[in-house]
Amino acid sequence: MFDLVAFIPRAVVQAIPLLYGCTGETLSEKAGVLNLGIPGVMYVGGICGVIGSFLYEQSTGGDVNAFLVVAIPLLSCLLGSLLMGLLFSVLTITLRANQNVVGLAMTTFGVGVGNFFGGSLIKLTGSAVPSIALSTTSGYFSRTLPFAKSAGVFGKLFLSYGFLAYLAILLAVAAGYLLKHTRIGLHLRAVGENPATADAAGIDITRYKYLSTCIGCMIAGLGGLYYVMDYASGVWSNDAFGDRGWLAIALVIFTLWRPHVAIFASFLFAGLYILYLFIPTGTNLAVKELYKMLPYVVTIIVLIITGMRNKRENQPPAGLGLPYFREDR
Amino acid sequence: MTKKSREPLIHITKRKEMSWQGAWAIRLICIAAALMVCAVITTAATGLAPASVFGGVLNGAFGSPRKIWVLGKESAVLLCIAVAMAPSFRMRFWNLGGEGQVIIGTLITSALMIYLGDKIPNAVLIAMCLVGSVAAGAVWAGVPAFFKARWNTNETLFTLMMNYVAIQLVAYFIIIWESPRGSGKVGIINQSTSAGWLPSIGPFKYLLNILVVLLVTVLMYIYLQYSKQGYEIAVVGESQSTARYVGIKVDRVIIRTLLISGGVCGLCGFLMVAGTDHTITTTLAGGRGFLGVLVAWLAQFNPLAMVLVSLLLCVLSRGAGEISTSFGLNQSFCDILTGVILFFIIASEFFIHYQLHFRKGEKKEASHV
Repeated sequence: MFDLVAFIPRAVVQAIPLLYGCTGETLSEKAGVLNLGIPGVMYVGGICGVIGSFLYEQSTGGDVNAFLVVAIPLLSCLLGSLLMGLLFSVLTITLRANQNVVGLAMTTFGVGVGNFFGGSLIKLTGSAVPSIALSTTSGYFSRTLPFAKSAGVFGKLFLSYGFLAYLAILLAVAAGYLLKHTRIGLHLRAVGENPATADAAGIDITRYKYLSTCIGCMIAGLGGLYYVMDYASGVWSNDAFGDRGWLAIALVIFTLWRPHVAIFASFLFAGLYILYLFIPTGTNLAVKELYKMLPYVVTIIVLIITGMRNKRENQPPAGLGLPYFREDR
Repeated sequence: MTKKSREPLIHITKRKEMSWQGAWAIRLICIAAALMVCAVITTAATGLAPASVFGGVLNGAFGSPRKIWVLGKESAVLLCIAVAMAPSFRMRFWNLGGEGQVIIGTLITSALMIYLGDKIPNAVLIAMCLVGSVAAGAVWAGVPAFFKARWNTNETLFTLMMNYVAIQLVAYFIIIWESPRGSGKVGIINQSTSAGWLPSIGPFKYLLNILVVLLVTVLMYIYLQYSKQGYEIAVVGESQSTARYVGIKVDRVIIRTLLISGGVCGLCGFLMVAGTDHTITTTLAGGRGFLGVLVAWLAQFNPLAMVLVSLLLCVLSRGAGEISTSFGLNQSFCDILTGVILFFIIASEFFIHYQLHFRKGEKKEASHV
């Protein structure tokens, strides 16, 4: 009954936004910055890509340049997420505001921005189209690798995704390598564990925190872009992105701050997220709602188990969530 | 040669203690600045003159008696959640589960209203709803608190996940209870019998809710400010080791505080279903579980300030809602404005706690050398 060949690709495309969010959040958390604004950042990343591509498609009237049609949404997505990252950094790092509070405010703001422009973009630009459907752009974003069709099951399982999906995995591997095996990663972790000591060792705390937060936000924003351009085929609908941002934050703790583990964990999460579609329940629709609870319940269980085992290497960065002020003692 | 480290342009130091007048002056300036930015954004989006933006907001919030009552009702909900969050955040327990704790309260109230609707006397039913939803909210917050106290699990994530568990439970029951069949929603519960509905004071439908929330606010203020338990919460929040040293049983305080926090959230859910909405949806809390956290934090856990902050946010969102409707814009416009206001208020705290010293007189000093 259970169709694994159909299930895996669907789980993968669900996993990619989570993986982007998780990689981005891990980078900033490792530098001691708990960014609860990631759900908002992902909305902003998505909608900025949509705005860029919408304006471009409108201006060319369907006759698009293959490079620009990818580059414009990509750059506007990165720019939008970067601005959100800068906003968060200025408030929490420079102005030393509470990270949780700023994060929650950013989520309210970011989701608002996404839904506002998603709902009003057509009205604001005064164009004549009935809805935002960027099928041309989406066609470029979801273009699969060669041989995806001809390579049978292998092609369907491994080659049938857009380039952003492979980029997500590359970024996660790169982030894992950066944190674990490079000097920059060592400094970054030092900043997150004990900023005062890192400061004494001559590491520029502010610069590391700013960079990791902003780059983390840009990576997370790509998750929003992937969602709308590839997964949703270029159709923006309000609130469709849902709570994936929060799930991405959950993944960070679930993976114990290891981006390469996140590749598998996000796949697992995504699998649980869509499992209800594949479990035959007949006419009983209500039970499906209970199956949708699975990823959250599993997170809670994992949380409890990791809490009980309480190993040293499984702990969050010691300085996570705390603002650093050099003159504090 | 020029590598010699220069004095930075801006030097930041902590302020000692600011007078409350000074602190409020800074806050008011920041709110005023935020309102200006909001006006500019609105002008950019709608083409309205800034002055008429404010007119539109005030009209949307206070335009008619009905609008004022709705404003009061919405502010009461937000205030109630903020009051509920105050003790846990004062204890530095990051309870992001307000949403779930409210929703589970609405679920219990609706369940009792539907199943016991006309089987028991109304007063008994209302009492059962009240007790049931407060207990449910308390359990929803108490479970993460238990694991936090016992094994130090991450409460931010745990409470967050509890939200979704609650939402899915509600989604499950909505399908079971849906009426009329196939509509995908639960209509007005007990519309014909009004069983389980809270009585209204005279002609004012929302007044009872508002009064109850204000009473809870005052009680919470007294509890946090003047009771021994409130003091223990503050000590645990400042430093758990200090609390342990002076003989406070930290785990017990954590669990007790979260039971209270969740209980008040459950009460809020009860008030929403039994008092005003008489129906249940998965979005009844509508993100206010998170907004309540911000209100409590920005008000520095001072309930009087919480009343003001939640009023301000509700006026803004009602007003922005009115403007966006009349211009055919999306309702999320008010989330953007809320975000802007929040950023400014958050930033204002910096200027209250820290002082900036600009590098000065450098040219003069240079001429001496």
